[in-house]
Amino acid sequence: MTGKQFQSAAAAIADIPDGATIMIGGFGEAGSPTELIHALIDQGTKDLTVVNNNTGNGHVGLAALIGSGQVAKMICSYPRSSLSRVFPDLYRAGRIELELVPQGTLAERIRAGGAGIPAFYTATTVGTPLADGKEVRRFDDRDYVLERALTADFALIKCETADHKGNLTYNKTARNFNPIMCMAATTTIVQARRIVAAGDTDPEHVVTPGIFVDRLVEVSAPQVESQLIADGVTYP
Amino acid sequence: MNKIRAIAEGWSRDQMAELAAMDIPDGAFVNLGIGIPELVAKYVPNDREFIYHTENGLLGMGGAPAAGEEDPELINAGKKPVTVVPGASYFHHADSFAMIRGGHIDVCVLGAMQVSENGDLANWSTGKPDAIPAVGGAMDLVAGVKTIFVITQHSTKDGASKLVRDCSYPLTGKGVVSRIYTDLAVVDVTAEGFRVRKLAPGVSFDEVCGVTDAPLLPMVES
Repeated sequence: MTGKQFQSAAAAIADIPDGATIMIGGFGEAGSPTELIHALIDQGTKDLTVVNNNTGNGHVGLAALIGSGQVAKMICSYPRSSLSRVFPDLYRAGRIELELVPQGTLAERIRAGGAGIPAFYTATTVGTPLADGKEVRRFDDRDYVLERALTADFALIKCETADHKGNLTYNKTARNFNPIMCMAATTTIVQARRIVAAGDTDPEHVVTPGIFVDRLVEVSAPQVESQLIADGVTYP
Repeated sequence: MNKIRAIAEGWSRDQMAELAAMDIPDGAFVNLGIGIPELVAKYVPNDREFIYHTENGLLGMGGAPAAGEEDPELINAGKKPVTVVPGASYFHHADSFAMIRGGHIDVCVLGAMQVSENGDLANWSTGKPDAIPAVGGAMDLVAGVKTIFVITQHSTKDGASKLVRDCSYPLTGKGVVSRIYTDLAVVDVTAEGFRVRKLAPGVSFDEVCGVTDAPLLPMVES
């Protein structure tokens, strides 16, 4: 069996093609795979559809990827950023498409995509403009909106530890969307703070089982987005 | 607009938050929206414990960390650094919203742009063409949490009533709000419409009616 570990972020993301749909983990800066995103900017692939809760901060990470013009469409719940004009400026100029999805519906669409469930009904958005054009069905005296599952070609993920089998653990609220995105992508690429031997992670403590993980790269000292912004760093 | 200024000061933001906190039962699982609702955490009655949920994956959220103790990977839904209390747990986003959408969270306190007399809430978008629409978790919270409280100023900065017959802004949810805490009054949403539950000191029922764009029912004497 071939190993999952790659020697660099650049090598791990090298084959992502133009037009790919990419789920990127993180909520704000917590759990955002900054090094993988920066490698994607260097690699230059374009016309991407990106799924993330937000649209990035400052001019690093996701905001820098959007700012580089590589993203044609964002699927997210809250495209307002702190300290970033990147998305609003492109959106108002008509140069980027937005699919606005309530945060819980976004999470459940991703979970469903990873679980082989093509669609589900939810009470969220009933009676609001975000339900326009969607099928509504009544169950037990309450209306529900039909929502389709989301899948992706690739997921870019940040975790705390990964063992050689791809079993992942996370750190605090940096977990957020990462575990469900691992499940919903054809190819899941993970940057881990530490890569350890199989067996070093207690099976009871595994959050994402290795079956959902394809590629690993160790980034032992990941950049901290808020620190980069405070230091005035822009990427590239 | 001038009518508002003629009215006594009314409650402060902190007092509105304290009134809301008094109405949350011991042991409740609580989600607090960003802004004035966050102040509720300062006023938990001494004999009660609330367990705070933040939708980015933490149950058992504590207060802000001391300066220098911030952890960029331990934040709340407003993306501000927080701490955890003993007995806290972390989980992924689908589990977090299963808590919300599955009816496991007892109380959510939110801000509002408008609330209608049948409990419709508008708090995510003005609907203006140049606005960047952003909804976050608001629609999930109002659809799934058992009780929705709103804390808001009674009127906008321009003097428009936030309590209305029908919301003119895009809705967050229909018929979802139970009670509204404004600087002038605590108002229940009932089957008959808005009913004043409590008035701020020095504020009369008629004065509140005068700055509200919907009929108000008087307090029920108890």
